Amino acid sequence: MSTALIENISGPGAKKYAERRAAKGKPVNLSRPSDDSGGRRPGWVTYGLLSVVVVASIFPLYYAAILGSSTRLEIAQSALPRLVPGPNLLANIGAIISNHQIDFWTSFANSLIVAVLVSAATVFFSTLAGFAFAKLGFRARNALYVFVIATLAIPMQLGTVPMFIMMNEFGWIDSLTALIVPSLVTAFGVFWMTQYLKEALPYELIEAARVDGATVFRTFWSIALPAARPAAATLALFTFVGSWNDFFWPSVVLRSQKTLPLVIPQLSGAFTADHALIMSGVFLIALPLLVAFVFLGRQLVAGVMAGAVKG
Amino acid sequence: MTPLTPAPRRVGFSRKLSRWDIKVSPYLYISPFFLSFAVFGFFPIIFNIWVALHEWDRRLGQGEFVGLDNFAWVLNQPAFWTSLQNTFSIFVLALVPQLILSLLIAAILDQNLRTKTFWRMSILIPFVVMPVASAMIFSQVFGQFGLVTPLLHDLGWFTDVDSPFFHNRFLSHVAIATMIVFRWTGYNALIFLAAMQAVPRDLYEAATIDGAGRARQFFSVTIPSIRPTMIFVILTMTIGGLQVFDEARVFDGSGSGGTGQGGSDDQWLTTVLYLFNLGFGDWQDRMGQAAAVAWLFALVIIVFTLLNFFLTRAIADSGSRPTRASRAAAKKLVAQVRAEANAPTTHAERPTLTEGSQR
Repeated sequence: MSTALIENISGPGAKKYAERRAAKGKPVNLSRPSDDSGGRRPGWVTYGLLSVVVVASIFPLYYAAILGSSTRLEIAQSALPRLVPGPNLLANIGAIISNHQIDFWTSFANSLIVAVLVSAATVFFSTLAGFAFAKLGFRARNALYVFVIATLAIPMQLGTVPMFIMMNEFGWIDSLTALIVPSLVTAFGVFWMTQYLKEALPYELIEAARVDGATVFRTFWSIALPAARPAAATLALFTFVGSWNDFFWPSVVLRSQKTLPLVIPQLSGAFTADHALIMSGVFLIALPLLVAFVFLGRQLVAGVMAGAVKG
Repeated sequence: MTPLTPAPRRVGFSRKLSRWDIKVSPYLYISPFFLSFAVFGFFPIIFNIWVALHEWDRRLGQGEFVGLDNFAWVLNQPAFWTSLQNTFSIFVLALVPQLILSLLIAAILDQNLRTKTFWRMSILIPFVVMPVASAMIFSQVFGQFGLVTPLLHDLGWFTDVDSPFFHNRFLSHVAIATMIVFRWTGYNALIFLAAMQAVPRDLYEAATIDGAGRARQFFSVTIPSIRPTMIFVILTMTIGGLQVFDEARVFDGSGSGGTGQGGSDDQWLTTVLYLFNLGFGDWQDRMGQAAAVAWLFALVIIVFTLLNFFLTRAIADSGSRPTRASRAAAKKLVAQVRAEANAPTTHAERPTLTEGSQR
């Protein structure tokens, strides 16, 4: 049967294709869709290339750890003083943490407070709005939703100067409030949760809740919120990473208070020309999110890919 | 069990309450976004016009009305034009390698790999590294005691003791573009990967039967199939890529080692950094002028994004026309083979590759 089929295929690559499949003991029946998604396993060249990419992704951090574990003298002598992080890393990190100019722990706490509050609020308010846009009927719903999406296109730099003036009026300059309050809810978050809830939450469940006499908020709290959990987790991760890494806005509104990104440029002021200490500080500050990534990276990857498909 | 007694009066009230609840709740739920947008999105943009038309000091506040003087002042500053050139130079230097690399990486990942999640997570690592941190590391790499400068010395390309990456304008753009490529390539690769996985596998099968090799399949099947995603990614890259700030700000350390103002001769001064320097830096207190820069720059971004959109679409369209035909031919061939094999069609023609099914 299969040989007869091969003769029927007219393409120039058909014979090779059929032979290859036959050699692997797979049926050469083209009438069946190829459901072994992706076909054959790739060879070592593929894994070699991927390894190069992965090494390139990790190298900068590795380089920081190497330099951070050296002494000032070793760096001046050679570009890559050692291959494995040396014994000075902990000592250098200790010097960063105990330096009063840097105030590592306060900045760390500031970053954490801002990122946690901002992500929690964004997830809550975005889910609330997403629930309304996806499942509740109200006048002008579609027009308002289009408006939300349209606001995504506005370049935020446009409002920086007036925002600073407003923060000054509110008395929020040099306070974490200036970082938290303007980012409690985002258009992206509302869009993200609406798209998810449209599909993930069947109307029957909501109706059932209503028949049972639940208020709208009760319906949201006990039905929509649990259903939204996967998308909410992803949104929380993205918001956390964005807030934790933000540099522009904190540079504008903070003075004596610092978040971690603001501490990094300070390092080169506090340890002028001591590249070993500076790099150990950079490594130390990049580390927390990296550790979190080891546990939550899977979800983040899924989020990037899901967001891409939906556009 | 609820006995069928006549409803007590309270139900009437609670029904009224419930109707009110259903009517008002949706507006209540979407109000946080609209309130927040009104105060921190819409109002600042309008207020920005007002600020741009006035003298404005960071400490003293609003000064006198100056009309369009701020705009004229900005347009007469060589630094503003330099910053625009730098921004576009860095943008192009970052965009091209990023696009090529992320497409290739995505194509590699779009195979039947072992430990898929491991590879995907690994390439996303740069995305969680703080941009400021990676900028500091790369400025070390390109610095006097870094990896690249001694190498250039040894090759005899460069003889000065200092690093050329801080003095030469073009090389500083290369260094900053490298940081951007490092940060975003893996992220974009995952987006492309998601699009590639939606490409029906029978298309590849048909292409193989047609005798197309790996490379041919990539250019004639994969790339045309993910066109909408490519447009999406290029547009996001454009909007984000033009707003380079973090990398340019800390490239020279910005502590005592540098000033963080974009180089001694504005070598890597980007427009957002210029805006920052005007309004908030230690330079001067020129918030009115900074507001004018914000307007001009927003205009540039909008124009450039639109231009990019039409250009990308035109290029993508013209590239795909012949392949659309070959795709149809390939489909026909597969159908023919199936018919000749007299197999029952277990697999109805899927609505493949219509614009809508992509995203």
